[in-house]
Formats: sequence, structure tokens, C-alpha cells
Amino acid sequence: MPPDPARSIELVLAVPTERDPWWRTVARWETALVVCLVAALAFGSETQHFMSSTTIFYIGLNMGEIAIMALPVTLIVITGEIDLSVASMLGLSSTLLGYLYLHGVPIGFAIVIVIVVGAAGGALNGVLITRLGLPSIAVTIGTLTLFRGIAEVILGARSVTNFPASLTKIGVVPIPHTQFAYSLGFFAVLVVIFIVVLHATPVGRSIYAIGLQSEAAHFSGIRVKRIKFRLYVLSGLVCSCAGVLWTLKLASARFDTGAGLELNVVAIVLFGGVSIFGGRGTIFGVVIAAATLGVIQQALTLRNIDAQVRNIVTGVLLLISVVLPNLIEGVRRIRSSARNRRQPQHNPEHEPGPFNGPSSIPNAFPQSNATAPPLSATTTKG
Amino acid sequence: MTAALRAPSSPTEPSSARRRSESLLRARELGIILVLVAVFSATTAKNHAFSNTASVQQLLAGASLIALLAVGQTLVVVTRNVDLSVGSVLGLSAYIIGDVFKSHPGMPIAFGFVIGIGVGVVVGAVNGFITTVAKVPSLVVTLAMLYVVRGIDAKIVSGKQIDPTSIPRSFQAVGYDDVWGIPWLAIIVAVIVVIVGFGMRSLRAGRDLYAIGSNPDAALLAGVRSGRRVFAAFVFSGALAGLGGALFLAEFATVSATGGSGYELNVVAAVVVGGVAIFGGSGTVYGAALGAVLLNTINQALVAAKVSAFWNQAVAGALLLAAITFDRWLALRVQRRDAERGQRHAT
Repeated sequence: MPPDPARSIELVLAVPTERDPWWRTVARWETALVVCLVAALAFGSETQHFMSSTTIFYIGLNMGEIAIMALPVTLIVITGEIDLSVASMLGLSSTLLGYLYLHGVPIGFAIVIVIVVGAAGGALNGVLITRLGLPSIAVTIGTLTLFRGIAEVILGARSVTNFPASLTKIGVVPIPHTQFAYSLGFFAVLVVIFIVVLHATPVGRSIYAIGLQSEAAHFSGIRVKRIKFRLYVLSGLVCSCAGVLWTLKLASARFDTGAGLELNVVAIVLFGGVSIFGGRGTIFGVVIAAATLGVIQQALTLRNIDAQVRNIVTGVLLLISVVLPNLIEGVRRIRSSARNRRQPQHNPEHEPGPFNGPSSIPNAFPQSNATAPPLSATTTKG
Repeated sequence: MTAALRAPSSPTEPSSARRRSESLLRARELGIILVLVAVFSATTAKNHAFSNTASVQQLLAGASLIALLAVGQTLVVVTRNVDLSVGSVLGLSAYIIGDVFKSHPGMPIAFGFVIGIGVGVVVGAVNGFITTVAKVPSLVVTLAMLYVVRGIDAKIVSGKQIDPTSIPRSFQAVGYDDVWGIPWLAIIVAVIVVIVGFGMRSLRAGRDLYAIGSNPDAALLAGVRSGRRVFAAFVFSGALAGLGGALFLAEFATVSATGGSGYELNVVAAVVVGGVAIFGGSGTVYGAALGAVLLNTINQALVAAKVSAFWNQAVAGALLLAAITFDRWLALRVQRRDAERGQRHAT
């Protein structure tokens, strides 16, 4: 996404000039998501067989890899870019793992090769986007086709199924003593790492800064290109891990593994409150979004509803998640402009003075990103 | 009075930047045609059957669906938006038309097209409305609509499928008949490409779309009704996707719940290969349609050259990356030349 000059102005103007009312801190997207999750659980509990411990296992099994891929995509979207090639990378990794195993490479070594190739694929995205300056949406649609195509060349119409049973058991049994599927366990570990990196390290703050104003981030000494490049490598790496998990879970490798999942991943990330324009969003939101979607899908599955029809739910949730914050923001703006008209002299924002211009800019950066509810941008055409 | 007002503007001297960008666009379309010719002749040299009438007919008919959707997509992409719902709309429209034919066997075939376009217009209007009124990025809206429309489609289909016996012969004829050797599908799409191409070049509405895409704020200040134009672009893209559904049904005479799924990425690929900038403001429908023809020709050429069909996707992906890299290189070169010229003028 190109940096939008109108947007930064909006952000500067949106800096609160008085203390926020208490409800503002509660009325965040993440709160709405938690409510959604509770509602989904309530809906699920009405379903037969839902309130059993195996439900958690199945949700983990169904959503695990998608949720895993959503984590690096979250970081990439926060920097204002996008990665649509994730599901193809999953498919390529699955295919490559099958091919190597078929040709006698020991499974452990094959997994290492697959992960290295994943990182290399991510690096290809990164080079094209950061060094050549190409739009990430076009590049990753290209690599989406390219990775899937390479997978097709490697394995053709064959499928590999004879993986060692000691590894493919992750598709049928949970982690011992729990009800967590192995991919869910892997996801949980990644979530902890991602939360720490994004919300508690300079790198994480830089990621937000890049998404809010890439130019400003560059001038304040952030290595914008390097960070973006590394995020794409990370994405390739994580997605190839997801590919390995997926392959072992299904005990089969085919070139069309996970085709179309990129849209699910993007849907979860956006439903999780990450702004498509970058600069805003939390890992927590994405985790809750994945959980909500997983619960709803599982409840609908138990009610024998067709997988394609279940897509309506994904679509509607996605629509609500983008339309609602914008409508709320629109209403708020109309109300505040009405208030300003009534008593214009009391609004300090409209007085020209040395304190409004430059001093409010640094404020806009650290505060209005992670914690504020999604503000609407003035120019919202993607 | 009017003459006096018009006088200064009538000898429109196109600015040098404008002329250069136009020549670039021409170069782009010429470039695609050259690549097309090269691919075509190389494949023919390897396998003479490739230039048979039947083979060329198949090339044209095969490309026409994607080319049609690419025309609608161009209008949307030129305004800095994107429409990812086209594949789902095509599938839904195709199934509904088939269903209506099944329940009303005597219906005139023209109604089939009208119903298809109607379905597309409705979805396009929803896309356009949410994008322009709620001011939500179209990438998200149309991604959501991709799911919703596909879900509705699956709900209506619920496991059934339309088979050729319930489609009128005359409707199917649109899919396989030809006039003087040119398939009807290709004629219909070519006519639409030419009409829309003219509109985008010469009508105010078309120029407005470019203005919105190249600088939304400036377009607003210049009095362009952006919301209305963008809405219209989405409705148009939807309508063409709906028409695409009718042509899909005519061509294949069968459709299930997955008809047309995955088309959206092919369409975007065709548009990008055709030289339409993904961030709006430039590109033509001719380029987009040629992009679709080129991608299809390469796919068929691989088959004809006895390269395994498994290479199709890999080649398409590599081509897409090459196309956007080439565009970038071209843009940088123009920029550098402009900068050099500016310096020369200054000194």
C-alpha cells in the first residue's frame, strides 16, 4: 500500500485533546472480539457434542496452520504491505517434503531443507518488494502462482502418503495430557514469541512506525527495507513450518495442498483488527479472531453445514469487522463537528499556536497505534 | 462567446509527459503483441498443428472469459481499487441462469444473458456501495464478498449441478458456434473490449476513472464525483462478471458449486501483465485483454510443445513477476530521463 499523506494529517488531528472518557479505553476492537468469541461459544454450546473436550482438539486441528500463517502476515500487514503467497508456500513445502522423502532423504533432514527453501522463497518476495520497490500485492500474487506452479512441477499429479507413522500421529492424537493438537501447540509458542517481539521490543515499535509513516520511520533511523525484508523471510520460514505440520497431519503431500488458504489467513488478520493500511493491530486480536472463527466453523460443522456455505460466515465477519469501526468513526466525527460548530472558541485544536503543530506529531506515533480502536482513514481506497 | 471560451483550449497540446506515457502504453500493447507472435511462431515451428484453425479458435475462445473479466477489472483497478469477487459472481450467475433454464425450458435465450448481468449488477452494487459509502478498502470488501457470494452459490446449488440437457441448444451454440471461423465468444468479448476501450479513452466517465486513480485528492478538487464513478466501476465489473457467467454456461454447458473459483487471481494476473498499474491511474482495457490472451496462449503453447501441463502455473507466475519488474524498470528509466532533462534545462 502506498503511504497516504492524507492519513497522517488525520492521525495528527485525531490526537485526543482532552482525557478520553472511560468507555473509550474499553471500546476497543479486541473487546468486541472477545464478546464475539463468547457469543460464538454460547452458539456452539447449543450444538450437540460441542461441549466435549475433543472439540478443542478438532478446532486446533482445523485452524492450527491457518492461525500459524496469520502471525507473520499480521506483522507484514502492520508494516502496510501484504503477503498473499503464504498458502502456496505451504503447498510448496508440503510437496517438497513429500518429494525429498520419496527419494530417500531422512525425514529430519528433509524438514530442514524444506524450511530453508521456505526462507529462500520469502527472501525472493522480500527482494522484489524492498530492493526493486514493487507493490507487494502484485509481487505476492505472482509468487502465489509461481510457488504453486513449482510445487506442481515437482510432484505433478502424484501424491506421497507413506510418511513414518510416528510423525503422522500428530493428525490423530493431541499433545500428551492435553487436548491441544500439535499445530495448536506450535501456534501457542509462536504467539508468545510474536507478542514479545511486536509489543515489547524496539523492532516491534519500528514495525508500527513503518506502517504509520514509512518516510518518517526512515528519517528517524529505522531500517525500513531491512525490517520488511526480514519479515518476508520470516513469513516464508513460518509458512514452510506450517506446511510440514499440515503434511504430517494429513499424512499426505500433494501440489494443491492448502490452495486458497491465503484468503482465510488475510480474513483472520483483518477480522483481528489489523488495519489494511498498516500501523494498527495486535497479535492478541488476531489470536481471538482465529479462535472465534474456529469455534464458529466447528459448531457449523457439527450441525452438518456444508464447507462452502460456512464461507458466508467468514465473509460476513470480515465485512462487519471493516464496516463497523468506520461507521462508528463516521458518527463520532459528525457529532464532534456538530459540537465544534456550537462552541468553536473552546476547541484548542482549532487555535493556531506552537503547541498544536509539531508537538502533537510525536504523540501520534507511539500512542495511537496499538491501543486505539481502529480509526478510519480519510482516503480508504485500497 | 462560447467560441471565445473554447478557443484557447481547442488546440490541445498534449504535454510531453502525457505524450510519453501514451507512447509507453502503446509500447506496452505492442510489446505484448510481439511476445504473442513470438510464442505463437515458436510453438508453431515445433508443432504445426498449433496454427490450425481449430487450435486458434480454441485459443481465442479459451482466453475470452478471462479477457472479459479483465475488462471490468481494469476499470476498477484504474481507480486504485480491486474486485476479487469476480470468480464467485461468475459461478453464481452461471448456476442461476442454468437453474432458470431448467425450470423454464421455453425461455428465450436473451433472458439468460439478462439474468446473468442482473446477478452481477446486484453484487457489483453491493461491492461499490460498501466501498464508497462505508469508505472501506475494496480489497477487504471484495474478499469478503468472494466468500459470501460463493457461500450463497453453494447454498443454492446444495450439491446439485446443471447438466447440458437442461440448457437450450441455441444458448449452447453461443459457446461453440462461430462466424466465418471466429468463435462467438471471442466476437462478443472483442466488441465489449472495443466499446469500453473507446469509452475509457474518449468519454468523460472514462477519463474521470483515470483521474481518480492517479490522484484522488486532485480529482476531488477538480469536481470529479469520485464516489459515484467508483460505484459505477464496481457495478460494471460485476455486470461483466455476470455476463461471464452466461458465457461460461454457454461454453461448458455444465456448472457446479465451484464454477469459476480461482478466476479472480487469473484476472488480476492478466490485468497486471497487460500493463495496468495495480495502484491505479494507468493502463488500458486493450492491454488487459491482450494480457489474458497472452497468458492463455502460453498455457496452450506449453501443451502443444509437449511440455508437461504441470509447468503452466510456474510459467504464469514467472511471467507475472517479469511483467511487473519490467514496468518498474521502464518507469524508473523515464523518471531518470526526466530528471536529466530537468538538469539540462536548469544549466
